[in-house]
Amino acid sequence: MELFGIFFAAFLINNILLIKFIALCAFFGVSTEIDTSIGMSLAVIFVMTISSAVSWIIYHSILVPFHLEFLRTAVFILTIASLVQLEELYLKKMIPNLYRAMGIYLPLITTNCAILAVAFLAIDYKYSFLQAMVYSLGVSSGYSLVIILFAYIRDRLLLAPIPKWFRGYPIAFITAALMSLAFLGFTHMFGL
Amino acid sequence: MSIWRDFNQGIVRENPVLRLMIGLCPVLAVSNSAINALGMSVAVMFVLVCSNTVVALIRKIVPDQIRIPIFIIIISTFVTICDYLMQALYPVLYIQLGVFVPLIVVNCIILGRAEAFAYRNPVLNSALDGLGMSLGFALALVSIGVIRELLGAGGVFGFTLYSPAIAATIMVLPPGAFITISFLMAWLNKLEGKTQ
Repeated sequence: MELFGIFFAAFLINNILLIKFIALCAFFGVSTEIDTSIGMSLAVIFVMTISSAVSWIIYHSILVPFHLEFLRTAVFILTIASLVQLEELYLKKMIPNLYRAMGIYLPLITTNCAILAVAFLAIDYKYSFLQAMVYSLGVSSGYSLVIILFAYIRDRLLLAPIPKWFRGYPIAFITAALMSLAFLGFTHMFGL
Repeated sequence: MSIWRDFNQGIVRENPVLRLMIGLCPVLAVSNSAINALGMSVAVMFVLVCSNTVVALIRKIVPDQIRIPIFIIIISTFVTICDYLMQALYPVLYIQLGVFVPLIVVNCIILGRAEAFAYRNPVLNSALDGLGMSLGFALALVSIGVIRELLGAGGVFGFTLYSPAIAATIMVLPPGAFITISFLMAWLNKLEGKTQ
């Protein structure tokens, strides 16, 4: 039940894009087409789960015992950057189909703040390893849900009559505002 | 003359937030009050000016292939300094800004300026470029913060101007951030008289 709560809080209530505003740069860039947004969400789910596991282990088994917590920013970002490289090599060799689906988004993800934010937040919330895993799964599913929905909406926006000055990014932000409003409705769901 | 241009291009013409659409995450997340927006702007300014200066200082001895990891280490050093300084000096602000202080390390503006400007230009120009870009960032961030606090909480910088009971609370909630930035961008489009 507790794990379920963590998952849903990360998935809907504290949605990383619409409520917490993390990883927005890539959000507006990538969500212009449905295919690219699916590739991006696959890459995020994959990288986020693995990198939050590895950074949790590094933090609790290396940084804490040696009192090096102040190095966490530098250590996490280097860990994530090198993990992405490793994962790219592995996927290219072992699961080429998935690698093709993710395309260019896999290397780009290094600079996606969501990955680093989840690693930090799992530590700030003092989660155990299992809780941190469930949390990062919830966050990445929430990310995928929103980015894919948003891509479908933007597809429709191309045909809609939009006021002249609002074409392009401004109307995308208005759309995001409405979606964010809808997600606010999940607050206190399941008594969380 | 060119030094002046390096300084002021980031403020309006290449405003990182409203023009180049980079560094959006902190802009939307911490702009729910003017004070938070100002605190975040100062933190970004510190990191950007310092990292631009150091990158420009060592640009001749950095091997081309490993420049990105080196930039990241420089940036994360300054972010860590900023993180601990803020925790010690302004604990309340630090709690409000939360995870967004360590997240400055992945702010695209900072790595972007290191790569696009500081790696190719002398120290003084790079420092001024960092100052200009961060002023542009601060301008966008603080104006969004002021608008949201004014409409959503009935005051600016913590001073109450009218009763919060009649303020539009939605403006300080997450949707208000998207609405404010959207209208600011549309307004800039109108000023320029161009459509996208």
